[in-house]
Amino acid sequence: MVLLAVKMNGITKTFGDNFKANDSVDLNVKAGEIHALVGENGAGKSTLMNILYGMYHPDEGTITINGNNVSIHSPAEAIKLGIGMVHQHFMLVSTLSVLENIILGDEITGAFDTVDIRRCRQKVKSILNSFDISIDLDETTGRLPVGTQQKIEILKLLYRNADILILDEPTAVLTPRETDELFRTLRELKKEGKTIILITHKLGEVLEVSDMVTVLRRGKVTGVLQTAKTGRTELSELIIGEKFIQQDSKTDNPGARIILEVSGLMVKNERSFPAVRDVSFEISAGEILGIAGVEGNGQTELIEAVCGLRKIESGSIKINGREITRNTAIAHIPANRHKHGMVAEYSLSENILLGRENEPQFSGTLLLKKNAIDSFTDNLIEEYDIRPRDNNTLISGLSGGNQQKVVAAREMTKQTDVIAVSHPARGLDIKAANFVYKTLLGESKKGKAILLVSSDLGELLKLSDRIAVMYNGKFAVVLNAKQTNEREIGEFMLGVKDS
Amino acid sequence: MKKPNKYVLFAAGPVISIILSLVIGGLLIALIGQNPIEVYIKLFSETLGNTYGIGQVLFKATPLVLTGLSVAFAFRAGLFNIGAEGQLTIGAFASAWTGFTFVSLPWILLIPLCVIAGFLAGALWAGIAGYLKARFGSHEVINTIMLNFIALAVVSYLVNNVYMVPATIHTPEISPNAVLLRFDLITGLFKGSPFNLSFVIALAACCLMYYMIQKTPFGYRIKTLGYNANAAEYAGMNIKKLTVYAMAIAGGFAGLGGLNFVNGYKHYFELGFSENAGYVGIAVALIARNNPFAIVLVAVFFGILEYGGLTVNTLVPKEIVTILQGIIILLIIMFTKLFDKRIKLTNT
Repeated sequence: MVLLAVKMNGITKTFGDNFKANDSVDLNVKAGEIHALVGENGAGKSTLMNILYGMYHPDEGTITINGNNVSIHSPAEAIKLGIGMVHQHFMLVSTLSVLENIILGDEITGAFDTVDIRRCRQKVKSILNSFDISIDLDETTGRLPVGTQQKIEILKLLYRNADILILDEPTAVLTPRETDELFRTLRELKKEGKTIILITHKLGEVLEVSDMVTVLRRGKVTGVLQTAKTGRTELSELIIGEKFIQQDSKTDNPGARIILEVSGLMVKNERSFPAVRDVSFEISAGEILGIAGVEGNGQTELIEAVCGLRKIESGSIKINGREITRNTAIAHIPANRHKHGMVAEYSLSENILLGRENEPQFSGTLLLKKNAIDSFTDNLIEEYDIRPRDNNTLISGLSGGNQQKVVAAREMTKQTDVIAVSHPARGLDIKAANFVYKTLLGESKKGKAILLVSSDLGELLKLSDRIAVMYNGKFAVVLNAKQTNEREIGEFMLGVKDS
Repeated sequence: MKKPNKYVLFAAGPVISIILSLVIGGLLIALIGQNPIEVYIKLFSETLGNTYGIGQVLFKATPLVLTGLSVAFAFRAGLFNIGAEGQLTIGAFASAWTGFTFVSLPWILLIPLCVIAGFLAGALWAGIAGYLKARFGSHEVINTIMLNFIALAVVSYLVNNVYMVPATIHTPEISPNAVLLRFDLITGLFKGSPFNLSFVIALAACCLMYYMIQKTPFGYRIKTLGYNANAAEYAGMNIKKLTVYAMAIAGGFAGLGGLNFVNGYKHYFELGFSENAGYVGIAVALIARNNPFAIVLVAVFFGILEYGGLTVNTLVPKEIVTILQGIIILLIIMFTKLFDKRIKLTNT
């Protein structure tokens, strides 16, 4: 019999009074395999992995690691058992060097309990060698791109001798190239005998990198499959529980009037370095302009400038012919919803009110109209299928996908002609992502001008009319979305090609 | 398992701390050779056992309610106002100046004018700290501490050199039309205590803060700033302006704190009148968890300690009560952290 690295048996975890996040879930992971754990947002993947990592304790069920019955009460105990987890949000100290981050909390000490940095470095170096990973150990962590920061997280686990690695949505924040790089590392880890559990909802990734798949839906296992013997259609049916609905594609919408007009735009980033350099474009009513680019090429600064959040050094941004001011209302779905799009301590109603507290429908001369806000929220909860259906719940209790729906619902219902969106489906499952796409296309049909920044090229190709590729603060090229492909965009993104 | 009530958990920290600190205080009293039970009985019976005592307690509590509100309001915007002491001092002087300058005005104009002057002066003073934070990013804690020193020096100069009454450290008396009446004159209750109408102003300020924070768009913005300044900015709020407004309103509350002494009690401004009410206000807000109504309860409790300290002066030095206050604050911070974890658990 093959040794099971992880055997979770009949795991049940109930939150609140009767919400079963996991309902007698079984998970069997063989040693040395890459096992994908897939499912919608809120299907119970994270709960299951948090149980394995000792963050939650299951109400029922048993866990066996390498054949031994265990009871895991904290991440520290999980680490002792050789289990490590890379979270979606990295836990790194940005001012420390790569090496310091890797050894932090588990330093090799010498005389008088001082850190023996030389021996630490040796140990890390030998890990780098055996897994064929290259990274500059002395670089300041905060200056590194996301993909590299993720490598540091993985190295932290290897440094602590983890044999079972859990990765929670590792590709959500990566560029296509970084994703390839990650998969290469994962295969390398597998070759060295590490066991990997990959939480994801991108089917392409599952099919590309995993050996086995366990599918969860609403807290229950709906399928355990060998990757080689399954396909996209079967997996999506198991995940969604209904036939996968093909996305409506974008219809032509030519000859409309110009809504957003940006000319000669120059914007600086936090370090006063020119981030957007002489960018000009127009978006007409009903048009979606996609912006592709490797993260850090000025997309964030561009979208912040359009939303009036960043000072313009020179050039102009006009909406319907009028220069924007700080008070110009623009619908904006920010890339980082936790930091910029919502207030964790607020209820759903209060989050729907964010930035709209001045609108006459929500506020009288003196007081907020609480009833109007609540019933407006209730309608959006219905329309956007936000769960739980309770406007008084704190948003922090919602799954990522539902939080994003709240942000989208608020922004899409604003009275404005321009919608600026960053990574609208980041961290969302297929169903929620499709929903957001449909909503965007719907708004576009209503004649709104949409600026879409994304690192998901498939998403850009599906939604955009034109795609501008940003490289080094400039538009390297503007392509017709119907006449291009991921490969061509990728070449412009990396500066391989120049127009 | 039955879940404990959220409000019970909220109150548990402060209540346990108070009981525990009374026990520790009892040990201290025993150490200096007095009977703690006897001291506590005297302390509570002389403060709460008769209307005079209650009047004294409420009189002591009045400025604490307002400085507590001041600190709490700033807290809601994510700002730490250490400057209530300075704002209180400036506000009190402004109320006095208005009272002894516009002597010919009738009470119906002069009293509101004194109230407004106190509020505006405190608001202006705290507004400076807010402006420095918004414009230059200098931390409000430093700003407000420095402004405390400046406030004291400015007012001290004015009292000693400009509006001096020879051989005193106070200003001329305010017009009788600026006086906020004592409750014993109005109702006959609280006989002999200086408990006066400014307590009503303090309660009104509590209601104002509650409505502002819970019901108005402005209060919603203040809360958003306090919870997540980034989200506030992305939602299009002008967070610099909000910072200045939040500090100014906080300062305004503290500025009203001087009415109690100036218009309600002595009828002049005197140096050193505040007895650190601005600093005690920080503790009041902290213990009351920035809830405007809980602030009243906590301020009254501190009033009991302050006046109670005087009543047991014959048995124990009044420093014992000061020590007691310190212990309570430390314990509450400790227990609050402890119970916050429980509250978080109950919420999920």
